[in-house]
Amino acid sequence: MASPTTGWKLERLPAPSQRASIIVPFVSIILALVAGGVLILAAGQNPIAVYRAMIDGALGSKSGIAETFVKTTPLLLTGLGVAVAFRMKLWNIGGEGQLYLGAIFATWAALYGFNSASGWVIVPAMVVAALVGGALWGLIPGALRAYLGVNETITTLMLNYIAIQLAEWLVHGPWKDPASFGFPGTPQFPDAAWLPNYGTTRVHLGLIFGIVAAIILWVMLRRTRWGYEISVMGESDRVAHYAGMPTKRTILLVMALSGALCGLAGMSEVAGIGHQLQRNLSPGYGYTAIIVAWVARLNPIGIIGVAFGLAVVLVGGDQLQMAMSLPAAIAPMLQGIILFFLLGGELLTRYRLVRIGSDVPVTEGAGD
Amino acid sequence: MMPIQGMADAAAPPAMEATPAVTPPSDTPTPDRPPAIALLDISKRFGPTVANDHVTFVAKWGEVHALVGENGAGKSTLMSILAGLYRPDSGTVVIDGTEQRFRAPRDAISVGIGMVYQHFMLVEPFTVAENVLLGVRNSSHLINTKDIERDLTALGERYQLQVDPTAPVWQLSVGEQQRVEILRLLYLGARILVFDEPTAVLTPQESDSLLATMRSLAAEGFCVVFISHKLDEVLTVSDRITVMRRGRVSGETTPAETDRRSLARMMVGRDLAEYVEHPDVEPHPPVALGPVRLQLTDLRANGENGLPALNGVSLEVHGGEVLGIAGVAGNGQRELAEVITGLRPASGGRVAIEGKDLTNANARTVARGGVAHIPEDRLATGLVGAMDLSENAILRDYEESPIARGSFLNAGAIAAFTDLLIRKQDVKTPGRWARVRTLSGGNQQKLLLARELAGDPKVIIAVHPTRGVDVGASEAIHQSLRDQRARGAATLLISEDLDELLALSDRIAVLYEGRVTGIVPAAGADREHLGLLMAGDEAQVGAHG
Amino acid sequence: MDFLTVGFTVSLLAAAITYGTAILLACLGELVTERAGVLNLGVEGMMLMGALAGAATCLATDNVWLGSLAACGAGAAMASIHALLTVGLRANQVVSGLALTLFGAGLSAFLGQPIVGVPLPTSFQTVRIPVLSEIPVIGRIFFQQSGMVYLSYVIAIVLWFYIAKTRGGLRLRAIGERPEAADAMGINVNLLRTWYVILGGALAGLGGAAISLDTNPGWVENITAGRGWIAVALVIFAGWNPARALLGAYLFGGVEALNFKLQGVGVAVSPFFLNMLPYLFTILVLILATRQSARVRLGAPDALGIPYQREDRG
Repeated sequence: MASPTTGWKLERLPAPSQRASIIVPFVSIILALVAGGVLILAAGQNPIAVYRAMIDGALGSKSGIAETFVKTTPLLLTGLGVAVAFRMKLWNIGGEGQLYLGAIFATWAALYGFNSASGWVIVPAMVVAALVGGALWGLIPGALRAYLGVNETITTLMLNYIAIQLAEWLVHGPWKDPASFGFPGTPQFPDAAWLPNYGTTRVHLGLIFGIVAAIILWVMLRRTRWGYEISVMGESDRVAHYAGMPTKRTILLVMALSGALCGLAGMSEVAGIGHQLQRNLSPGYGYTAIIVAWVARLNPIGIIGVAFGLAVVLVGGDQLQMAMSLPAAIAPMLQGIILFFLLGGELLTRYRLVRIGSDVPVTEGAGD
Repeated sequence: MMPIQGMADAAAPPAMEATPAVTPPSDTPTPDRPPAIALLDISKRFGPTVANDHVTFVAKWGEVHALVGENGAGKSTLMSILAGLYRPDSGTVVIDGTEQRFRAPRDAISVGIGMVYQHFMLVEPFTVAENVLLGVRNSSHLINTKDIERDLTALGERYQLQVDPTAPVWQLSVGEQQRVEILRLLYLGARILVFDEPTAVLTPQESDSLLATMRSLAAEGFCVVFISHKLDEVLTVSDRITVMRRGRVSGETTPAETDRRSLARMMVGRDLAEYVEHPDVEPHPPVALGPVRLQLTDLRANGENGLPALNGVSLEVHGGEVLGIAGVAGNGQRELAEVITGLRPASGGRVAIEGKDLTNANARTVARGGVAHIPEDRLATGLVGAMDLSENAILRDYEESPIARGSFLNAGAIAAFTDLLIRKQDVKTPGRWARVRTLSGGNQQKLLLARELAGDPKVIIAVHPTRGVDVGASEAIHQSLRDQRARGAATLLISEDLDELLALSDRIAVLYEGRVTGIVPAAGADREHLGLLMAGDEAQVGAHG
Repeated sequence: MDFLTVGFTVSLLAAAITYGTAILLACLGELVTERAGVLNLGVEGMMLMGALAGAATCLATDNVWLGSLAACGAGAAMASIHALLTVGLRANQVVSGLALTLFGAGLSAFLGQPIVGVPLPTSFQTVRIPVLSEIPVIGRIFFQQSGMVYLSYVIAIVLWFYIAKTRGGLRLRAIGERPEAADAMGINVNLLRTWYVILGGALAGLGGAAISLDTNPGWVENITAGRGWIAVALVIFAGWNPARALLGAYLFGGVEALNFKLQGVGVAVSPFFLNMLPYLFTILVLILATRQSARVRLGAPDALGIPYQREDRG
């Protein structure tokens, strides 16, 4: 009898293929850049020139590299914050709002709470204030989820808009610098509240905060009882319930930690860069953080590298705006495409393509 | 007979038009009529596992053909190929003499193949008639179930499968839902009916009635395939029997030519201990009864839908005793296990472990109080499939020394503990780093059992401990539970398999609608009597409750 | 409180419907998508692309209906990415939806750069429906609206009828509740899901056009300002029922209208706090809806968010 059916089918691998999980992300990113190039072409630009200008802008000069590190800082901190929550399948997309709250609380500490203290007091005070502010903004949706079962995706997002309006109100109203001639913004922070810079660049202490936070988080997630609980809860509510894990408490703690890390990013922006609270504090770091976290597969150490990579895209986008007067929105567009291709590519690490109708499986993109 | 036939045809004309190959089964089978089903040289693999290895299976019109084999023998895969759910890697499917290449279930449906799955393929919020309408092609665009309701009622009367066609499916009992499945297939013009372990969820009386329905369908010319591992039922109802083992056909026979013993040998490939083959005689070495370890007093709880599921259950289990809980699925068994183990709040009553009140305690407190829990759905509740063996091994003890060192986890202790569990239950695995999802059902269950029994529990709540597990692992699991009994643990064994309950229990309590309708000693228990209790028969309940 | 007159109230209610239309359309789109068992959090991104496509097409063709059609197309194109990733490739639906929103925001800002703030040659105009618009109060509220609003009435009614009364609707509900049962009955689950995701995207795109061609004519970056997310929240509030979606969307339109009206009247509350109202209101509504659905089991489709595949069994 003839072979009955022929064709292709996807077959689930028992475990993700090792080789594929290294190769596939690289191929995905390259394909994403090609797809982005097509869109750039459609908008009437030469994609090769655009990409070259972006890389030149971000990595071609000392100041460019410094600027890339400057943007790495908030992406790293918010990426870590978002990743902690994602580990538990808590879809915190409120990193932006939590960042704003951290910035607001830190501003209060710098301008009103501890404005006459020395740097050794004021900086820690800002850090604590930012952690508290961000944690608070994470705890609201966390508590709603833990106690009332309210979907955290939507509440965290709504709180972003609310936080931004709150900041707008502060810089237009009660905290407005009277000497600012109508420009919305708070007065400048006292010198003691400025985070120290690296040399003459704008790179500041916030980067160190981020790297230290990444290492602590890695240890916490991999080596502690608490990290184990988060992994189990992230994989299966039912198993966590079966083991009697304190789910509600952990949701609260994770959302607080997630918000606190994003809040720290807000502090580092106002104390390290702007030295005041102003409008449009963040160009959407809290959203880009989602991509950072996912691309790094929620691994804190990986997030350091990915944050840097996406900072290159961001800085490159800004440079385009200046050099070629192209919209900086090219950066978020490229980030979206990269995430699509990584998501699609991930399938190839979990499945393999098998030909039906022959006895030998034909393997594509997968090893072992 | 003819009006019924005509009606079913009228109800699904396209199915019939599309399938000239299917002659109505009411035609008298003639010697030269091609077989209803001929699955020839079928192979199918899932990743590294070969589920079907050059399998040939032939069933005729007008016969009940049993397909037997232990879990994982490849029966379900073979039937899924017949149903168009899977495509074979190689081999040929011939239905009534015509070669078929099914690309999807609709292709199989259109040539008259109907499956009654173990997990019913019904949409619960829909009514019976709406579920039937789902499978009808070329009806009007608006939902109009009047005709279907009328026809279903008529069909139900004809085949003794009465059910209210306007009732939402979620309101029906398990037995009624099964009737809906069968009625739907008949309505849609199925001529070949495949029953996958259909009696597993029924009371003995319901099973008898289903077997009678199967016989009468065969008598009318339908081809009936009966997948089962209940050898007594197979020997009673079948015309022919095909036995599968490890993805291959290990024999074909008739009830006249064989008996339990040789069937079991064909299934397993070796002689089984007398008691596995014939559970009634499984040994119950006398164990001195210990003190009452598990005591339930007037226990009440609500089910998933917020309605009462347990309505005052009072039970006592002594050390060294196995109390079996029998009942049709959905009569409170799940809730009973969950309330005792702290997974579901009790709305009333009391749970005491060795006299200590643990009503509504957290699951961890209950576990630390000495209660082991082998849950109903191991891979959804008791194990994390995406995590490795060691991460699953420490689920109960990750906060205890030496596995925990302060807030940190001790990798060395975790490895040692995992290896200990693997050795204790002889879990077959490439290593403790393997993901649990990649293990066979039996090995998953052994790992879970090893973990739950590691702390020498006082009370064991075991729910369907051998469901979906091969015979070897099943024997090992039964032996473990027997060892625990000898050690003095109190075991509550919840199962829908009467054979398993009779084999392992000292006493059997029957749950019906959240109440205990009777408690009988397992030794010499009468199946008919248990069946009546499971069906909530008032006279029986009155006499023994 | 002299602004609480009948005239004010009626004009507020009429404005509630005008402003609620964009949210209604997007919400209906998400509702259909979720009924089919797929969660698409990319509504905001699809609306943005729809708004841009609508405005750009209107600039080029001078025709709001062609603009609306283009908006549907843009939304559908965006949704087909989600369908490919989540239905075809079984990617995580939450992450894919978020990616869609980020991508839509970035792409619309990038492509829309040349037409930011360019006034449209035309936009949707108020059309008085003869006879109906003369009914006191009701006429003023419901029948002195734009063509887009009338279109949304039709879509809402048709969708309600389709889901509740037709065989197609029965199948839609089946693939969201119990895909394996639908599959066993010969229904092509993943093909239908793909179509419904794309249909949902088309409606979200149209919702975007309801902003860029009707309530706020023209294109500016991030013109939707979170309305896509509000639409997602509304699906929960609506209990997956189009009739209740209508109510919810107009409630939000009312909050938005109230904000404008109050700012117009000059209430002594900071506009920044008034701007927070829709978002605060969303959270509030979500809390109430969650509590209610927990009580009466107005549940989500059973298989919502779970990719369907056959081969993983066995």
